[in-house]
Amino acid sequence: MTITILGTGCASCKALFANAQAAVAQLGLDAVVNKEEDIVKIMEYNVMALPAMVVDGKVVAKGRVLNVDQIKELLT
Amino acid sequence: MIQTFADWLIYSLIGLSEQSHLGAALNFFVYDTIKIVLLLFGISILMGIINAYFPIERLRSHLTSHRFYGLQYLLASLFGAVTPFCSCSSIPLFIGFVRGGIPLGVTLSFLITSPFVNEVAVAMLAGSFGWKFTAIYVSGGIIMGTLGGIILGRFRLERNLTPWVQQIIANSQAEAETWQAEHTTFLHRLPAIVRDALGIVRGVLLYIIIGIALGAAIHGYVPDEFFAEWLGSGNWYAVPVAVILAVPMYANAAGIVPVIQVLVAKGVSIGTALAFMMAVVGLSLPEATMLKKVMTWRLVAIFFGAVTLGIIILGYLNNLLL
Repeated sequence: MTITILGTGCASCKALFANAQAAVAQLGLDAVVNKEEDIVKIMEYNVMALPAMVVDGKVVAKGRVLNVDQIKELLT
Repeated sequence: MIQTFADWLIYSLIGLSEQSHLGAALNFFVYDTIKIVLLLFGISILMGIINAYFPIERLRSHLTSHRFYGLQYLLASLFGAVTPFCSCSSIPLFIGFVRGGIPLGVTLSFLITSPFVNEVAVAMLAGSFGWKFTAIYVSGGIIMGTLGGIILGRFRLERNLTPWVQQIIANSQAEAETWQAEHTTFLHRLPAIVRDALGIVRGVLLYIIIGIALGAAIHGYVPDEFFAEWLGSGNWYAVPVAVILAVPMYANAAGIVPVIQVLVAKGVSIGTALAFMMAVVGLSLPEATMLKKVMTWRLVAIFFGAVTLGIIILGYLNNLLL
């Protein structure tokens, strides 16, 4: 599983990235958590609010910082 | 109620005299800090609720598919005002707009207003200056965004966008809408909204305290009318000077307002203060570097030039009218 966090490096983008890493660790998933900070690449996902979370190429959340439990729920 | 608490704390518990400079300054500090933090928390929650439920995609498709006879500029500007997005969302929204086929001028209306009206600025202004000044500030920002978009929209600035954005515009079409409404209940969302609001308060708390402390010190020690001579409304250069001074102060927007409030009490005219505030919030280096991703330097300069001019005009107008 590949999880990508879309964000241009602002505080909430970093928070979402940290939460995603924590969620993956807590669930013991075999997943890679990436960051995408290049705005040109981000726009290819067609999101209008950041930060956003992409799981295996599909945008699952945008415009808000999910907490660890919410991410765990999304991943299971 | 907050005033009673501040009076009790400073005059009764600590035992300073109401007449002493230190007592007055400390009282002012305690009262303002509590009031502004409570306001900021309340407004952040309100903005969080709007943010959670605002149908961006639907608004975009509305703007592309309906004719508004010029009102679309006002609508985009209002949209910029009510969306309390993390600043890093401005560019994705910008791209989302132009990709949907919304004219550049309308998109610029959104982009001009967006940084001015945010929860921190509104809470600080309401707490320090009251609601009337806040209303002038907010409506000034909205009007400026509307007019700025209309005027800049006439200049065919599309060729000054970066190539990849031009490519997007060339391929733009009203995309098939794929949004789906989220069905999370309000009560389910509230904890996250409150947490975000607390995060906002925590993020600027230090600046607020420093700003109010500085304000309190000036309030207590600098004689009244001290600034009236050179930053009062009588001096024609007061407004542009205030705007130039404001540009490097972006990071401390939360801390600046309490200081300005005291300066106004000491004779700086209200229009000059307003121009200074708007320039602190709206003209910033981080914003310029962000815009650089979608615009050439030329357009960034035009954009900032237009906003600066707008702020200066607004400052003079308010000096004349208020």
